[in-house]
Amino acid sequence: MSDLDLDRGWDIHPQVSVRPEPFGALLYHFGTRKLSFLKDTTLLAVVKSLAESPSARAACLTAGVGESDLPRYQRALATLAQSSMVVERAS
Amino acid sequence: MTLLDAPRTSPFVLAPKDTPRKTERLVDLFEYGLDAPICLTWELTYACNLSCVHCLSSSGRRDPRELTTDEAKAVIDEFERMQVFYVNIGGGEPTVRPDFWELVDYASDHHVGVKFSTNGVKISPEIAQRLVKSDYVDVQISLDGATAEVNDHVRGPGSYATAMKAMQNMYDAGFKGFKISVVCTSQNISQLDDFKAIADRFDAQLRLTRLRPSGRGADVWDELHPTQAQQRELYDWLVAHGEGVLTGDSFFHLSAFGDALPGLNLCGAGRVVCLIDPVGDVYACPFAIHEEFLAGNVRSEGGFQEVWKHSELFLKLREPQSGGACTSCNFFDTCKGGCMAAKFFTGLPLDGPDPECVQGYGEELLKNRKEKDGGPILPTSSIVDHSHSTTRAVREGMGPVQLTLSRRAGMAPVNAADCEPSPLTGFSPETPATSAAQPPASDCDESPLAGMNLWAKSDAGCACGSGGEGACGCS
Repeated sequence: MSDLDLDRGWDIHPQVSVRPEPFGALLYHFGTRKLSFLKDTTLLAVVKSLAESPSARAACLTAGVGESDLPRYQRALATLAQSSMVVERAS
Repeated sequence: MTLLDAPRTSPFVLAPKDTPRKTERLVDLFEYGLDAPICLTWELTYACNLSCVHCLSSSGRRDPRELTTDEAKAVIDEFERMQVFYVNIGGGEPTVRPDFWELVDYASDHHVGVKFSTNGVKISPEIAQRLVKSDYVDVQISLDGATAEVNDHVRGPGSYATAMKAMQNMYDAGFKGFKISVVCTSQNISQLDDFKAIADRFDAQLRLTRLRPSGRGADVWDELHPTQAQQRELYDWLVAHGEGVLTGDSFFHLSAFGDALPGLNLCGAGRVVCLIDPVGDVYACPFAIHEEFLAGNVRSEGGFQEVWKHSELFLKLREPQSGGACTSCNFFDTCKGGCMAAKFFTGLPLDGPDPECVQGYGEELLKNRKEKDGGPILPTSSIVDHSHSTTRAVREGMGPVQLTLSRRAGMAPVNAADCEPSPLTGFSPETPATSAAQPPASDCDESPLAGMNLWAKSDAGCACGSGGEGACGCS
């Protein structure tokens, strides 16, 4: 679960739609037809900044995630990666 | 309208203003409502080639006020703007609309996924070939008996053969994982294993939903709704075989048998789901085509978004509702008093038990309903009934139980929407409980910031499942 490589670039899957909600966001993957959700707005900020960040770590920092909170966000991203909501950027 | 004995201004009973709101679970957050539905049911037409005796929308004849092709496309444009990921299209039989495939293509082109419910009448080998090519379209074929005898008794002569042929065409085209949707009745609960076998045979996924006393379903509910013992059988079957079987989160009232079933365990009406009917009226849920549950119309100023975000009814439904006597029950947290529409259409108060309460409280209330002209006093409605004017006769000796097709005394025609139950399948009731500020204690009870349980059993298309299915059933 925690093995997402924070130092690589990650993107939202092209078939995934992200919809902000008061509690965070809902994600829908048109390929797998799965729904998922983000439980807070910081995580939404992280996910949104993935595309223009060289690494997941950088995206977390951009979104204001502190060093001590990184493991939690890493786990959350790993959860999203597991369901192909986010995918590793081809290098 | 008449509700029970005393006229009330509204059947909805809100909890006292100072009631503290829980927010630790996703399901609690959803009770506040979302910026847009997770998925919604859209009935494109009241026209139908069949006359199923339990039709939620009392379908049969086309309504001349039906949304035009252009109006329907404008609604799809709105879905796209609001990011409604996916819609459950039903009816009536939606495929009989001449512009049906045009609208499906339009939705796909505008990033709105479609799952449509059909009796299979138009699913030819050619159509199946075409459907298999689309990422955005999912298909749900209705079947209410694992044998022709049981199915046709409810859905009409020849309907079993039509559905089976459609499934064969889907299978032959290589469409994996289409849905077979079954309304659970007293006559088919004993066939659950057979339904599963049919689904397996066609590489399809079984979806079980609850019979609602809505539309024509009100006329046959007494005869067709599962007995207490059958509800138990269904619960045990879902616990044992639940993996891979969708429920559209129809059965959260069964959670009072013990552990909650997978799913959102929340009435999504007006909060995460809603219904748009063929003439553009927006109702709180597919089981509640009645003016008490009417929030507005997509043709009005501001369109669907205005109705969803600001209608008085939906805002009220997003307030904490009073559970009445149910709040003292041990199972209230998951059962929530059951289905609002089921209570309403059986003449029970909304702040009390479901008519099929598995603890038996509903049965008691049903027995004690006030009567008039030899039957219970049920809600009447001024909404047009679209049933075919000549209802088909039940063939002699055909079904396991003879149905009575006459309307119950004291009951005026009532409509409620068809077959697309709430879409939110796939939520665990214990979905990530801790707040984001609290790191998970261990990997085992990890509460990811990104929810994972949502897709554990998600209804393809609307994991809301309800999903639909998203737990709402929407599925």
